[in-house]
Parts: sequence; C-alpha cells; structure tokens
Amino acid sequence: MAEWVLTWTTFTPLLGAVVVLCLPARAVDVIRAVATAFTVPSLLLAGWLLLHFDPSNTAPQFVQRAWWIETYRIEYFVGVDGLSLAMVALTALLSFLCMLASYGIERGVKGYFALFLLLETGMLGTFVALDLFLFYVFWELMLLPMYFLIGIWGGPRREYAAIKFFLYTLLGSVLLLVVLLYLYFTPEPHSFDMTALGALVRDRIPLSVQLLLWFGLFIGFAIKIPAFPFHTWLPDAHVEAPTAISVILAGVLLKMGTYAILRLNYGILPEATLAPLWGYPVAFWVLGALGTFNIVYGALCAMAQQDLKRLVAYSSISHMGYVMLGMAAFTPQGINGAVLQMFNHGTITAMLFLLVGVIYDRAHHRDIDGFGGLAAIMPIYTGLTGFAFFAAMGIPGLSAFISEVLVLLGAWPVYPGLAIVAASAMVLTAGYLLWALQRMYLGPPNPKYADTGWEINGRELCTLLPLAAIVLFLGVYPRPLLALQSPTLVELIERVQRAVPAPSETMLAETANGG
Amino acid sequence: MGPIDSLRWFVPELVLVCTLLVVIVVDLVAAGRGGGRSSAWPGILAVLGAGGAVAATIGVPILGVPGLVGAAPRWLFGRMLVLDPFSVFFKVLLGLALLAAATMALGSREVRRRQNEGEFFTVLLGAGFGTMLMAAAGHLLMAYLALELLSLSAYVLTGFPRHDRRAGEAALKYLIYGGVASGVMIYGMSWLVGLTGAMDYAGIRHGLLQLAPASRGAFFVALVLVLVGFGYKIAAVPFHMWAPDVYTGAPLPVAAFLAVGSKAAGFAILLRFLHGGIGSEGAIAAVPAAELLALAAFVTMTFGNLAALGQTNMKRLLAYSSIAHAGYALLGVIVLGETGLQAVLLYLVVYYLMNLGAFWVVMLVVSHSDREDLEAFRGLAWRGGAVPAVALAIFLFSLAGLPPLAGFIGKFYVFAAAMGEGWYWLVVAAVLNSVVSLYYYARVVRTMFLDQPAPGDPPLAFRIADLGAVGALSLLTVYFGVRFGWLLERTMEAGRVFPG
Repeated sequence: MAEWVLTWTTFTPLLGAVVVLCLPARAVDVIRAVATAFTVPSLLLAGWLLLHFDPSNTAPQFVQRAWWIETYRIEYFVGVDGLSLAMVALTALLSFLCMLASYGIERGVKGYFALFLLLETGMLGTFVALDLFLFYVFWELMLLPMYFLIGIWGGPRREYAAIKFFLYTLLGSVLLLVVLLYLYFTPEPHSFDMTALGALVRDRIPLSVQLLLWFGLFIGFAIKIPAFPFHTWLPDAHVEAPTAISVILAGVLLKMGTYAILRLNYGILPEATLAPLWGYPVAFWVLGALGTFNIVYGALCAMAQQDLKRLVAYSSISHMGYVMLGMAAFTPQGINGAVLQMFNHGTITAMLFLLVGVIYDRAHHRDIDGFGGLAAIMPIYTGLTGFAFFAAMGIPGLSAFISEVLVLLGAWPVYPGLAIVAASAMVLTAGYLLWALQRMYLGPPNPKYADTGWEINGRELCTLLPLAAIVLFLGVYPRPLLALQSPTLVELIERVQRAVPAPSETMLAETANGG
Repeated sequence: MGPIDSLRWFVPELVLVCTLLVVIVVDLVAAGRGGGRSSAWPGILAVLGAGGAVAATIGVPILGVPGLVGAAPRWLFGRMLVLDPFSVFFKVLLGLALLAAATMALGSREVRRRQNEGEFFTVLLGAGFGTMLMAAAGHLLMAYLALELLSLSAYVLTGFPRHDRRAGEAALKYLIYGGVASGVMIYGMSWLVGLTGAMDYAGIRHGLLQLAPASRGAFFVALVLVLVGFGYKIAAVPFHMWAPDVYTGAPLPVAAFLAVGSKAAGFAILLRFLHGGIGSEGAIAAVPAAELLALAAFVTMTFGNLAALGQTNMKRLLAYSSIAHAGYALLGVIVLGETGLQAVLLYLVVYYLMNLGAFWVVMLVVSHSDREDLEAFRGLAWRGGAVPAVALAIFLFSLAGLPPLAGFIGKFYVFAAAMGEGWYWLVVAAVLNSVVSLYYYARVVRTMFLDQPAPGDPPLAFRIADLGAVGALSLLTVYFGVRFGWLLERTMEAGRVFPG
C-alpha cells in the first residue's frame, strides 16, 4: 500500500480530469462538485504522508520504482523527502482551495476544471519525481494547462500574457532538456536517477563543463522563480490570470524554481555550486547577491504599482529573494529558512491573491486609488486583508516572520552585507503594503461603493480561513514543519560542501570569516 | 535471388500494382456507364489496395497470409532490391501513409466528384508503389527509378486540379526543381560508379573500402551530388523551395502524402544509401560528411522555423513546419550508427501521426469554409469544432515537442543520439528551434481557443467518420507519448540495414 501512496496522490486529479471530460457540459454544478471531490484524495493522502513520514531518514521515502523504458534506463521513480514533502502538501492544499475559488468561472466550465486537474497532476508529479526524465515530463506537463487557463479564462490581455509565459518557461525547460541529456550520457551505464546521478557524474565531468551545465539549469529555474532579469513574464501572467490560477502560479509554480535548484543544481552538481568565481562561490553570486537584489527590486517595483494584483505579483519576486538568499548561505538556519519560506510564501501569497480576487469580483477593477474606506463597507474582508498584509510584512507571530528571520540568521555569519540589505528591505515591504492598505481601506468610504453591501461570502471565507489558520499556527509553532524538513536539508548542504575539493573549502572559510 | 523466387517476397508491392490496374479498368467501366458521373469505386479500391499492402507486409495469420516480418534479410531480383527489417518497417509506414492519403482523398472536396477522379487514385497508387521501392532499393539504378516514379506521380498529383492556376504553377515548379535535382543526383551516381566500379550498395561499399586516398576528394563530390537529390525529396534547405508552393497548390490529401509519405521515403532512401552503400568506415571517415549533414540539419530546421513564423496560410505554415522537421530528423542521420538510425525511424513514425493528423484537421476546416488562412480557424473550439480543435492542438503541441506527447519522444531520441555523439551545439540549436516553433504552433491554437468566433462565422458540423479519424490519431499521439516502449522495440528491430 505505502508504495502506491504517491502514485495515487499524483494521478487522482488526472483521473478526475477524465471523469470531468465525460460529464455533459451543461451540468455546471456537477462538474464543479466532481472536480473539487477529485482534489480531496490527494489532500488526504498528503496529510497521511505528513503523519507517516520519518524525519530522521534523509533518503526518499514512500518510494515506488519500476522500469518505464528499460532499454534506455528510464524509470517511473517517485518518492518524497524532507525537501519535497511540504511542497506536495502545499500543492494539494492550494489545489483544493483553488477549486472552491474557481466557482465563479462561468464560461467553458468543463474545460477549465479538466485543465486545472491536469495541472495539479503535473505539479504533484514534479515534486515527487526522482527520475530526471519523469521530472521533465511532469515539468512540461504543467505548461499546457497553464497556457490555456491563462489564455482562455484570463483578463483583457490574456493572449499576450499566456504566450509570454509559455515561451519563457519553454525556453527555460529546453535548457533543462539539454543538460539532462548530457548528464544522462555521462555515466556508464547511462542513468536518469536523480538520487544517484550526483555520485555517478562526480569526477567524470570537468569543472568548466559542470559550470556550464549548472548555469544552463539555473537559467531554466530562474525563469520559474522568477529571478531578475528573467522575471518579466510574471507581472503579465499574474495580472491576466484568473484568481485561482494566480494563486497556483504564485503559490506553487514559483516554488518549483527553487525546489529544482536544490534538487538538481545542489544535488547533482555540488562542486559547481560552490566553485569559486571572482573570490566567492557561484552560489553567492547567482543566489545570494541576485536574491538580495530581487528582494529590493521586487519591493521597489511593488511600491510603484497602481494595480493591486501587480503589487502582489512584484511582492512575490521580493519574497522569493529570501528563499534564494537562504539557499546561498549554506548554514542549517539558512536552508531551513529558505524551504520554510517557500511554504510560507505559498500560503500567504495565496491569501493575497484570493483577497484581490474577492474585491475584483465585486468592483471589476483593481486600481488601488479607486477604492478608499473599504474598512467601513467590508469589515471582515478588511480584517482578513490586514492579516494577510501583516503576514507578508513578516510581523512576529505570523509564519513569514519565522522563515525570514531564519534566512537572515543563516545569512548573517556568512554574508553579513547581504543580510543587512535584506533586513533593511523589510522596511520597503512594510512601506508598500501599509501604503496600499491605507489607500484602499482607510479614510472616508468611497461614495461609489458605500451602499453596495459587499462583504466576503461564505465560500470565499472557506478558501481563506484554512490558510490564515496555517499562517498563524506556523507563526507561533513552526517546529512540526521544521522537524520534518531539517534533517534532509542539513544533509543536503553538508553533501554539497563535502563535494568541494580542499582549496575552495578554505576559501569558503575565509569568506565566512572575513565577510 | 532470381526474379521468380523474389516474387514471394514482393507481395505488398504486387498488391499495389494489381490494385492500380484494376482501378484503371473500373474507372473506364464506370465512366462508360455513368456518363461522366463520378464513382466512389476507384477511391475505395485504392484504400483497400493500400490496406492490403500493409496487411501483406505484417501478415494476417487467420487468412494464411504469412507476411514479411521476421523474414531473413536477402537480396531480391538479383541485387536490385533488399528485403530486411528496415524495408519491412518502411513498407508498413509508407503503406499506412498511402492508406491515409487515399482515405483523406475519399472525403476531400478537392478530389471527389472532379473530372478524372479515377486517374487521381491510379496515380496515387503509383506514387505509393514508388515510395515502397525507394525503401527497398539496394542498387543505384533502382534507387533512381524508384525516386523518379514517385516524383513523376507527385507532379501529376500536384497538378490534379486542372483549372486551378495555383496547382498548375505548383506542379510546374515541382517539376523543374525535381528535374534539376534528379539530374544532379544521377551525375553524382555516375561518379560513384566510376570510383567503385559497382552499382549495388554492397559493391559500392567494398569499392569504397579500397578507395585510393587520392580519390577521396572525388568521392566527396559524388556524395554531395547524390545527397542533393535526396535532400530535395526530404525538402532540406537549400533544396526546399518547392515545398511551400506545392503544399499550397496541391489538394490537401496530396500535400499530406508528400509531407508524410514522400518525406519518409526520402529518409528511407537516404538512410539505406548511407548505411548500406557508404557505410561508416573507409572513405567516409576521411571526408567531412557528418559536418556537412550537421550544417544541413542546422540550416534546415532554423530556416523552416523562422520562415513559418510569419505564415498565415495554414498549408504554408505546415509546409515550413515540415521543412523544420526534416532538419530535426537529420540530427539522427548524421549519427551513422544504430542509435541514430533507430532515432530517425522513431521520429518518422511519430511525425507520421502528428503531421497527418494536422493535415486532416486542416482539410476538414478548409472544406467547410473554402479558406486556408488562419481566420478560418477563429474560435473553432466554440462553434461546433471542439473535437477537431482539441485534436489539432494536440498535433501542434506534439510537433512543437512538448511532453507527454509523442513528438517529444521523437525529438528526445534524435537529440539523444546527436548528444551521444558529441554534437552539443547542434542539440542546443535544435532545442532553441523548438521554442521558436512553439510560437507559431501556439498562434494557431490561440486562434482556435482563445479568440472568439466572429459574429458571421457559421457553426460547423463534422462527419462522425472524420472526427473518428482525427480523434484516433490524436489519441495515438498521446498514447505513444506515454507508452513508447513498443514503438521503441519496433524501431530497434528495424534499425539494422542488411549489408548485403
């Protein structure tokens, strides 16, 4: 039974997609209910995984492997470890909540829900796949539904946003394909096994080539994160996508970039990760420095936005910067903070996008200056928005505080300069969020909306409250999640550091001491 | 093996030839009786003949037809034709291409109920016969004859809409380009014969092994000249100029046949020539043949994709796309080993499915609206064309090489073959090309799904049979994208050329 858990978790949504396609297009309510029902098993199984996962074991668990194409040594190989478990849970949770958030879709309901379920299978599969070929198939499987979901059910400029997203991400993934082929052909016998490739290709690829491969992978994943200067697709895609798709995009898809860097760049090419470049390891430049730049850049861009959804989109770039910084530090706090931040950003940004969706459904615009005094009209909604904004700001007691502080604690001993910049940028975060809060919710009510009687409804509350509960719980008591992921992550960074030959290790120590 | 003994191994081709003769007679009788009214019989007979040829190749145990699968490799008709797993594989693939083209023609308004409909099917069968001979030819003369048989039939098929100026122009262009290419090719063949003193592939290979180093330059010239002729058949740049005009001018079933059947036959003759006639040792190792092919592959896919970007006519778009795909497939050709050969065979099967499907859907839509531009597809999914629209989306994304569709598997194996031989720059160029190609494929999908139908666009209704055909092809495209083990085994069996 246990070995089939991940397969069922991954493929129940696909089964749901097939069932939805067989339903008559006019039975809208049935389609919604059936589609939602088919996300429940994955959620329950993800809960089961959390309960039965053995944190002390750093090897993949609940593993299932079978030959897919034996002659080419391609496997169906799935499993979860401390790195992917939280992501699987996050994906299952957000997919379920987004189903509820999608009931407002009126046109082409059948196609929407079928594609959404297909997307969920792609996302879950990407996190559980441990065979590179399988990983690539799932990785690409997410593209098609996303293209249609943005392109058909999106906003006015949906076509442009959808094709931009599609081309950008495909560009990233074909680079992944080339690297994957190179890695496959290096060892004898050839292998796609992600857990073994690191050891197999070690000493077989010269460092210069490793660096090329490393950057090939990195660009592919940086597009997904998205890191400056590969981020330009994100505001467009977010603004045009329907609410639920924005949630998935920010909540899950962005995490794939950082997840894949940890899994592939760190796991398979550790030597290149810490190879010296202009006096610092590679990870410092492209994750640490670039991540810090993203924090500031994203926050500044967010501050300049008139459109609430664009603001939230840019805030994602800023918050993902903390993940990159934490990954670059190679300290237990840093890496733990990074992966925890992936989860926390997933829940918080999901709340933010859902809240934007609530107001957009009523007002049909998202212009920050076009509201004013909403607190008097929609007190509950305003309360929740305030909660989410404070969570995004990193107020103590809410989850992002823990992960961002862990990242800063982890980065401080290694790169104090970056830590100072990153910490100072929190002021910017508070700035754009509070400013938006003030303009939209405080002050005298806008007479245009004074008597509309808008308030958040029960279904919308159902999508928001679970997330709020998680944000609060992890803000007070993050231990359960940290305990699940920590051993795997610490083992990972130690493995990377062990892979570095002696000279650069001393150099790393120097940079650690000298700053 | 002598001519009489060889007939036992020539059944698929005989089936085609007999059908061809019967169609002529039936057409004559029908024309005499019906007073010029069209009859469906020639088309039905052509479909049956093509199906019979495929059945005779794979064998039908229940009817006691033994088939050719698993037969020991041998020469036929002296040293003219070769029977080996490679040719059997292509007989099936090319027979299916003929079958598909005949079936499409049966439902095509460009062919049915036109004057001389019977002649169309006669010539189509002739073209199919030519493709099968191309896959089996193990002798330069036979190769040339087979190629010419296909070419001449294809010129006629292209010009079939007799009073259509575009078709006439296309046929003339095709003829002139074809004439030049085949002239250059036969000139190259004469050099090759002069250098080696042999005309059958085994003899040429032996001759090349003993070739004096001083003659290597001459050998390279001969090789390049012969490759011109084959490059013309697969529409590789710079011998591609005919393709866009011919695909646009010819009836859609003919364009589909040229895209999948004729191109596959071109690859078959090229692969057998390189693997059987040239071999991977001796003179070939001393000349930059692989580099030349790599350059051709690079230019072909890049040009095809860039040229397709601006197309608004669906036939032209598919024509440039098929040029680009010849470039991808050439990636496997430059690897003169079994992995490369197998990769190309796999690619051709996958390409058959998705490209045929794309042409089929285009034919359905074109026959409804009499327009070939992208506008005819506007909002297709929302005005009664959900099944063709979804199917075309699957075919196009498969052509772009996205998993989990079969096109990805095809590309994956040719890329892997080239990567395994160290052609890194070429693989990088190929994957970047895939990104470019997605842009124009996605534009079609966008028009079908993302754009709303214009108020004047009529709702469409399709026949169940047509929907079944494109549905089946799209399901196969998805199926082979996930379960490609069976396909891989077939290509591995077929990926061994009989050396003679």
